[in-house]
Amino acid sequence: MYQHISQYTPVLLFFVLAIGFGVGALILAYLVRPDKPDPEKLSPYECGIPPLMSVKERIPVRFFIIALLFLLFDVEAVFMYPWAVVYNYIGWWGFIEMFLFIVILLVGYVYAWAKGALEWE
Amino acid sequence: MGQELVIAIIKMIVVFALALLVVAYLTYLERKIIGHMQLRLGPMRVGPHGLLQPIADGLKLFVKEDIVPREADKWTYYFAPVFDLVCALVLLAVIPFSYHFMVTRLNIGVLYILSIASVGSIAILLAGWASGSKYPILGGLRSAAQMFSYEIFLGFSIIGVLMISGSLDLVKIVEAQSRVWNIVYQPVAFVIYIIAALGELKRIPFDLPEAENELVAGHHTEYSGFKFAYFFLAEYAHMIIISCMAVILFLGGWKGPVLPGIVWFLIKICAFFYFFIWVRGTFPRYRYDQFMAIGWKIMLPVVLANIVATGVVMRLV
Repeated sequence: MYQHISQYTPVLLFFVLAIGFGVGALILAYLVRPDKPDPEKLSPYECGIPPLMSVKERIPVRFFIIALLFLLFDVEAVFMYPWAVVYNYIGWWGFIEMFLFIVILLVGYVYAWAKGALEWE
Repeated sequence: MGQELVIAIIKMIVVFALALLVVAYLTYLERKIIGHMQLRLGPMRVGPHGLLQPIADGLKLFVKEDIVPREADKWTYYFAPVFDLVCALVLLAVIPFSYHFMVTRLNIGVLYILSIASVGSIAILLAGWASGSKYPILGGLRSAAQMFSYEIFLGFSIIGVLMISGSLDLVKIVEAQSRVWNIVYQPVAFVIYIIAALGELKRIPFDLPEAENELVAGHHTEYSGFKFAYFFLAEYAHMIIISCMAVILFLGGWKGPVLPGIVWFLIKICAFFYFFIWVRGTFPRYRYDQFMAIGWKIMLPVVLANIVATGVVMRLV
């Protein structure tokens, strides 16, 4: 058990190193670079004209549908990883169980398709 | 234990430094190759044949003024690029470059890479949201939808390989390919993996979140200075990871005759770098609805059918 934990020590150190590099270089750059803000410079980019509307607009519902589909299929993938790893030991029953699982999800997929959730018109 | 840790730290620093160097020179390679494909010379001024160009670029970005737009959510605006970079670089911790050279060996290496990489896509969304400007928000939303969708296909395409090798340990996956590479058993999965990788990397032909003529530069439109450099570093670091994973999962990792393993590994990932740059120099950009249709209507059924077919064949053989 202890051995499995200790495999992760270098991963943790790698995180520390990466965060250290990321934050450290920004702080260093902050000390070196010039800093002369003016109102024009700080205005949001809009192809050279003054910004017309607020950015807090509504967003298309399509993105939300994609998020739902993502949840559905990503959870499916999570179930599949352990299944795939032990696939050699679980025989035909293991196959049939996963097949049924995929079929059930395919029904939902076909429904989503029929309802037009996959169209981007 | 203590000695092992010291060795791990040394390996870590070597991998980290090399990764930053490779990332910097990938940008040079890309400009040079694209240049030659378009009958130009690419960067030529800084150093012989422009060899010092990436260093000059890095220095320039380092001393550039750093603009925080008025409308921006300041903390998130600072947080997003660092988050993106960290999520990209820490993936290198588990990549086995040869049987002996890796920072650490996890028995769930594949899961580690997929999970951290998917957390990384949130950084793009945060960057778009925090900028407080229209193009970044649209670009951020688009990349989120794109990366989350293509992540699913990427994840599914790997499952066939996992069924054959029966492990999530990257070293064991390579060892299982001693005789035959997985690409022979899983050609469909390999093709899907490459297409999904292009979508996940947001590269041409799928660079829709950064389509210059509609969205300026997507999520990093408002970023300048070193924060902008972070997004670039992360993007190219992801390219390294995707290439490494393709080599490990499908092309036998460090396996190869005569030459030492690490040389084979480098040759294979360089071939992938060239392939990605080549694709960029060759293909036009897809439209967003076409892009989503390819993913959800073609790749998803194909990749699920591939898993079922692999299952049946493995039972019968």
